[in-house]
Amino acid sequence: MGLCKLIQKQEIASNIFDFVVETHTGLQANAGQFLHVKCGGTAYLRRPISICDAWDDKLRFIFEVRGEGTRLLSQFRVGETIDILGPLGRGFDLDLAQGDGDIILVGGGIGTFPLLLLARELELRVKKPIAILGYRTKELITLTDEFEAVCEEVKITTDDGSHGTHGFVTDVLADMAKNGKISAIYTCGPTGMMKAVAKIAIEHNIPAQVSMEERMACGIGACVTCTCSVAGYNARVCKDGPVFNAEMVDWGGF
Amino acid sequence: MSVNLKVNIAGVAWKNPVTTASGTFGFGKEYAEYFDISRLGAVTVKSISVEKKLGNPTPRVAETASGMLNSVGLQNPGAEFFLKYELPNLKKLDTKIVVNIAGNTIDEYVAVTEMIGDSVDMLELNISCPNVKVGGMAFGVDEKSAFEATSAVKKASKVPLIVKLSPNVTDISAIAAAVENGGANAVSLINTLLGMKIDINKRKPILANNVGGLSGPAVMPIAVRMVYQVAQKVKIPIIGMGGISSGADAIEFLLAGASAVAVGTAGFVDPYAHIRVINEIEEYLKRNNIDDVNNIIGKLEMN
Repeated sequence: MGLCKLIQKQEIASNIFDFVVETHTGLQANAGQFLHVKCGGTAYLRRPISICDAWDDKLRFIFEVRGEGTRLLSQFRVGETIDILGPLGRGFDLDLAQGDGDIILVGGGIGTFPLLLLARELELRVKKPIAILGYRTKELITLTDEFEAVCEEVKITTDDGSHGTHGFVTDVLADMAKNGKISAIYTCGPTGMMKAVAKIAIEHNIPAQVSMEERMACGIGACVTCTCSVAGYNARVCKDGPVFNAEMVDWGGF
Repeated sequence: MSVNLKVNIAGVAWKNPVTTASGTFGFGKEYAEYFDISRLGAVTVKSISVEKKLGNPTPRVAETASGMLNSVGLQNPGAEFFLKYELPNLKKLDTKIVVNIAGNTIDEYVAVTEMIGDSVDMLELNISCPNVKVGGMAFGVDEKSAFEATSAVKKASKVPLIVKLSPNVTDISAIAAAVENGGANAVSLINTLLGMKIDINKRKPILANNVGGLSGPAVMPIAVRMVYQVAQKVKIPIIGMGGISSGADAIEFLLAGASAVAVGTAGFVDPYAHIRVINEIEEYLKRNNIDDVNNIIGKLEMN
């Protein structure tokens, strides 16, 4: 994709930055795909960051400052250009739903961001999903209005009970799986959370997809460093994923 | 001005002196989405062993200053799968195919050599991978075992044999001389340098394998020095690699005595790096009124 101009930048929560870039290419981005971003300075490798939203020739991604690379990235100013490769990887499958039950999105922390584009695509092409979004605490809750605009319902949980339901997204999901009718689950967040989501999905025989994360170098499938065990083989998160069918992932290793 | 970029590596004519470093280019398919990989002088594919290998647990990569550590551990689908499903695509390319071979024992190296036969243009014997517990680098850090592995594989090989050398030794030129005596038709160097990166918050190494191979611009001066030393010692051609990101980097290796170069880690940051290196070598030659790349090989003047 090459050099993209940063046209909007906002710190939407402490250390969480919301970037919009202009791509000039009009490349199609699917929900669940990622961008491989050069952070500049001393960061040698690119950083994989999921796409949060896409329209016209604009791409939006939101990231948390976690280390040196993301710290450097957060220092870009509006008008400057960022070297971006992508969209890369296999995104979510919109045709996952079987039957007419609810479509559920389960997001945790920074894993909620790629679910926004997914919610938009589902609303447009399938049906409005229900989002269960979990955060550590109230101050980290973001994008609620935007999710509400395209979702049937947005349920918020916080680990400390400072907002919404006190507890985990999986508690809410388990209740819904027991008492309602779910036709598909899509999830992105901490691996432990996704493992618990996958367990619920498999128990109730609900089709589910997870978006995996792993330390990555090339982002295009060549270096084979970002693997996770899928159906007994070390699949590449960047190329074979990052989205996998939940029942195919060998969760025992996590 | 037209410039000759053709080089001859152990009797095999490459259209230009740029190949891919094994293990950084898969079997070519991924980069083929970015550029015409037939433009390369040769494609050197990922290590192949007799049986498939799952590789090491993750994390397998850690960023370091101007480079990275990897501990992939030779993950590959095995020789049979490679020959059946990957090689036919590679054979369609208008470039030379080099297959890197791995094994835990000399018998395994010989077995994979026999399986591949003459279906590719050249073999590259990997006696320098730092990421596997047995075999791998163990053969490459000792003159006697490097000689033995080379001569056994050379006897079984139907195509010219390159031996890839480890920099994790006291005197790489002694190992180079040993593999030349063992019948190697060329040497390639350097493989990665063994390193460690620590997460100070967890007080643990980042790599699940604890240690891994360092590559990228950080290793280039070491690689250039080693190519120079080996060039003083052996007569067989040298394929130089280690941190090459530009034509200027490649020219350093050629001047130091390499007849060809490989681009590896740079392609992880810029998927067009290989093509850029080829173009920039040509530009350098034109700028300096040199009409044949062979005229700069080994033309370093020491102070």
